[in-house]
Amino acid sequence: MSDGGLADLYQEVILEHSRHPRNFGPADDANRSARGNNPLCGDRVTIHLKLDGDVIEDARFEARGCAISLASASMMTEMVKGKTEEEVRDLFERFHALVTGKTEAEEMGGLEVLAGVKDFPTRIKCATLPWHAMSAALEGSDDDVKTE
Amino acid sequence: MTAATDIRDAGSGVVFDIERIRADFPILSETVYGKPLVYLDSAASAQKPRQVIDAISHVYETEYANVHRGVHFMSQKATDAMEQAREKIRAFINARDVREVIFVRGATEGINLVASSWGRKNLREGDEIIVSEIEHHSNIVPWQIIGEQTGATLKAVPVDDSGALILDDYEKLFSDRTRMVAMTHVSNALGTVTPIKRIIDIAHEKGVPVLVDGCQAAPHVAIDMQALDADFYVFSGHKIYGPSGIGVLYGKAELLEAMPPYQGGGEMIDTVTFKKSTWADLPFKFEAGTPNIADAIALGAAVDYLNDIGFDAITAYEQELLDYATERLSAINTIRLIGTAPEKAGIVSFLLGDVHPHDVGTILDREGIAVRTGHHCAQPVMERYDVAATVRASFGLYNTPGDVDALVASLGRVQEIFGS
Repeated sequence: MSDGGLADLYQEVILEHSRHPRNFGPADDANRSARGNNPLCGDRVTIHLKLDGDVIEDARFEARGCAISLASASMMTEMVKGKTEEEVRDLFERFHALVTGKTEAEEMGGLEVLAGVKDFPTRIKCATLPWHAMSAALEGSDDDVKTE
Repeated sequence: MTAATDIRDAGSGVVFDIERIRADFPILSETVYGKPLVYLDSAASAQKPRQVIDAISHVYETEYANVHRGVHFMSQKATDAMEQAREKIRAFINARDVREVIFVRGATEGINLVASSWGRKNLREGDEIIVSEIEHHSNIVPWQIIGEQTGATLKAVPVDDSGALILDDYEKLFSDRTRMVAMTHVSNALGTVTPIKRIIDIAHEKGVPVLVDGCQAAPHVAIDMQALDADFYVFSGHKIYGPSGIGVLYGKAELLEAMPPYQGGGEMIDTVTFKKSTWADLPFKFEAGTPNIADAIALGAAVDYLNDIGFDAITAYEQELLDYATERLSAINTIRLIGTAPEKAGIVSFLLGDVHPHDVGTILDREGIAVRTGHHCAQPVMERYDVAATVRASFGLYNTPGDVDALVASLGRVQEIFGS
């Protein structure tokens, strides 16, 4: 590709999510929260989950970050609602393999649009940060998750 | 300013031949993603001229052994070469005495050395150290570490909206507990040149010594220890076109002599017994262990290189380049320059609309343009301007107006992608 994969990375759907993130803002009824930091670029994301048993009833996030991390958090919160902890962990594993280039792109309910980051090694952490923070929230961790 | 600009130094008639200079830097003919490398990240680390690269090979091929202890020929040769480099650096910074030039790993180690050694001896509970709001973390954290051990605290001089230091506020920060001023000469995040001579004079009027972080000044302007009257001055070799892993701590001899060693080991001792050891004289007291011999010698080659071009020409050329960059970037409708102090050197920091700097950096990278994005190890600066990060383009003596044009054109590409 003449632009070195930029059109893949910054697909319209990603830009759209970053401009109008879904599930953005604080959550009063969340029972699990965790924060992730990317010291490299100063990005921060906080994930709020409302769990009913082991089912994620609601997911919201607050963030200051780049287009990739905002879009990833936005899509993730849409995707995990109604899923069990185990389903979400499995999804993260597949998503991680996708964005690190370990597996070929597969249909993942829309998350596959982020597959382009595999060609931008310094940006993979932007896409995975919200997922790491969500994992920490599921584990009930109080420590900030860091990408470095 | 055009790509063919030559800067003539009025005094010497020296011509700044940018094409000849660029030819000295092999890496500048590399391509990235099939595009010519446009290197605008010299404030992070400068590229190396052939003269420095060759100097490193020359040491290992012809004059390498351990220094200051062997009786044999090669050890003497390496020792001579290293001490010649020290003398070159003394002259480069116009220090009074070559014993005042300590080789360290870089500016960070230099500051840690002073904070630890000078600080342990001189700081007590309730003492104060004055820094500024625009320091690199390396001129904040070492003082916090020694502060935790001694009970000393930091006070920070604020900057105005342009990023210029507010001198009146600086004077007001002094108290009878002020023990040290640790101040940058040029801000790495904003490019602000601080009125360092005035800062030192004011501190001296109050009997307080000053450590200057000269990392971002040393590549751009002539530095003169005797004219500045700095008590300590640090800079890194890799930012003045020398190797990484070598840097310089300058300290006034009487201060260094009164300080305890920073690290113990070989080279820094006079005699050692199990009861007591005595320390070597300056500068070796502060150079424990086998030093970075080859890179120290190659740093001497970098100094030769800069001297051959001359700082009158370098400063004038880079200033014109910075003015050109500022003018062209300012013309972009959604740009916000961070750092517009009247006196600047080598750096332009900015935001493009609401596009995150990390995204800007990625797009520029694919166009072959290397910039730094992030907080630039200066989080208090980011807080001052209420931003998470900036894009920073920084210039070295090999950059051209064409590099600025490439940057501006690629920012247009960012706007296209982000529609802003």
